[in-house]
Amino acid sequence: MKFQEKTILVERTQLKDDIFRFKVKTEKIAKESKPGNFLEIKVSDSNEPFLRRPISIFSIDGNNIEFIFQVKGKGTEILSKKNVGDQIDILGPLGYGTFKIQEYKTVAILGGGIGIYPLYEAAKQLKGKTKINTYLGFRTKEYVTVVKEFEDVSDKLIIATDDGTYGEKGFAIDYLKKAEKPDMIMACGPLPMLRAVKEYALENNIPCQVSLEERMGCGLGACLGCAVKVANSPKDAPEYWHVCKAGPVFEAKDVEF
Amino acid sequence: MKTSVNFAGIEMKNPVTVASGTFGYGREFQEFIDLNKLGAIITKGTSLKPRAGNKPPRICETASGMLNSIGLQNPGVEYFAKTDLPFLKQFDTKIIVNACGNTVEEYVELCKILNTLDIDGVELNLSCPNVKAGCLAFGTTYEGVKNVTSQVRKVLDKPLIVKLTPNVTDITATAKGAEDAGADGISAINTLLGMKIDIEKRRPILGINTGGLSGPAIKPVAVRCVWQIANSVKIPVMGLGGIMNGEDAIEFMIAGATAVSIGAGNFVEPSTSIKTIEEIEEYMKKHNIEDINEIIKSIQTN
Repeated sequence: MKFQEKTILVERTQLKDDIFRFKVKTEKIAKESKPGNFLEIKVSDSNEPFLRRPISIFSIDGNNIEFIFQVKGKGTEILSKKNVGDQIDILGPLGYGTFKIQEYKTVAILGGGIGIYPLYEAAKQLKGKTKINTYLGFRTKEYVTVVKEFEDVSDKLIIATDDGTYGEKGFAIDYLKKAEKPDMIMACGPLPMLRAVKEYALENNIPCQVSLEERMGCGLGACLGCAVKVANSPKDAPEYWHVCKAGPVFEAKDVEF
Repeated sequence: MKTSVNFAGIEMKNPVTVASGTFGYGREFQEFIDLNKLGAIITKGTSLKPRAGNKPPRICETASGMLNSIGLQNPGVEYFAKTDLPFLKQFDTKIIVNACGNTVEEYVELCKILNTLDIDGVELNLSCPNVKAGCLAFGTTYEGVKNVTSQVRKVLDKPLIVKLTPNVTDITATAKGAEDAGADGISAINTLLGMKIDIEKRRPILGINTGGLSGPAIKPVAVRCVWQIANSVKIPVMGLGGIMNGEDAIEFMIAGATAVSIGAGNFVEPSTSIKTIEEIEEYMKKHNIEDINEIIKSIQTN
């Protein structure tokens, strides 16, 4: 079930110059939300910017939902200026493809940049059910966020930065590849990372769930804008699914990205 | 207070519909609004055979609007008849199927099938800017519109509406083509062909480079088109393009629209159509209008 709600901003934390963590109180959205779901957030009462902003859920806690976003344009800029107590109009929870929470032996969580946020709730819900090895990658120290949260839910946490200014030097996926083989991978991050982990997962026959993004119109499955190509569909007659409907979390082997 | 209108032979409880391609086949909105309240639902563009649509990105936001290049992705008429139509029939609203094709023959074959279905009308899509063949290829000249519309007219007994593109020099010419071929009504406008470029990559954002512009940005163009069409043909006009509320809808009706469609507004606010219906009623109360038909084409030009 999806809802439209005027949620209330109850906590606002600025994590970095351009990264904000919001906690909103909801009546119904939080209770229906699953790890991997996203929200469509209306940032302005005017026609500017026109569309809602799709933002993934970071954490679900009772009636509260947290989301973390980076200011990338005028929409997220307006959103970042909301104050505690302000109303925020949200549609959610959106997306039918969510992270599958069940018993595994070892789950590898792989996240990059602002793509780490949708993975947190999945890790939270997996905690206690399975061993969790988390690999997070960032460009440089300046971009490293929510380490403590991931530390608390992971059996092992490796943080890598491209330049080695925080944690290990290099790409997070290289550390995943070196470690014990998981029996499930959950990943979200930049496309090169997701492509690399898909390749690794296929080679090693490990199931891999990836959370994707694509430019979106409605978030509800009506506009058919956020198309993603179905794997192995013919080049001259490609088939498309939609991030807001079949996703945002897909089995990596099922889609091309 | 009378809010019902007869558009192209379709009795609608109110003049508000939802535009093709912005509402799927209704399912996605039933959790947010009561579909029974709508004057009509115009379905996603539906073709004879399933269509995959264009490569992504397919959506791009612009000033007070958006570009899309979906490319008529749809499951085909057979699937529609089996799954979506029975779903839509649960609701007390009129069902108008937006029909699209690559060739005249395809339009005719499709409309033969649509003629056998329990639907209230067909909106012939001669105006999608995002496909290589069909649609716009027929939709930009008097002869082109007249030809495909008259071929379809021969096989379709149901109300026939022709959806026109604003990407023409003179929209009254294509409107006349529809009228002369026996269409019962006209929808105006489809999207305006547009483009947005990523200046860092020096590449268009959309996967097929160009797309159709919709949203409040195009409303003045749409109002002008509706006004011109209403002054040049006798068949009724459905107005659409950037309607976000009752005021916008009333403006279209004063310009000459018998009915209106909510398009991109559905994406921003799932309840835009319902809000529009309520605000039309408020306008009627405020201005002591007994019958909504009184305001249609009530414009006094300067």
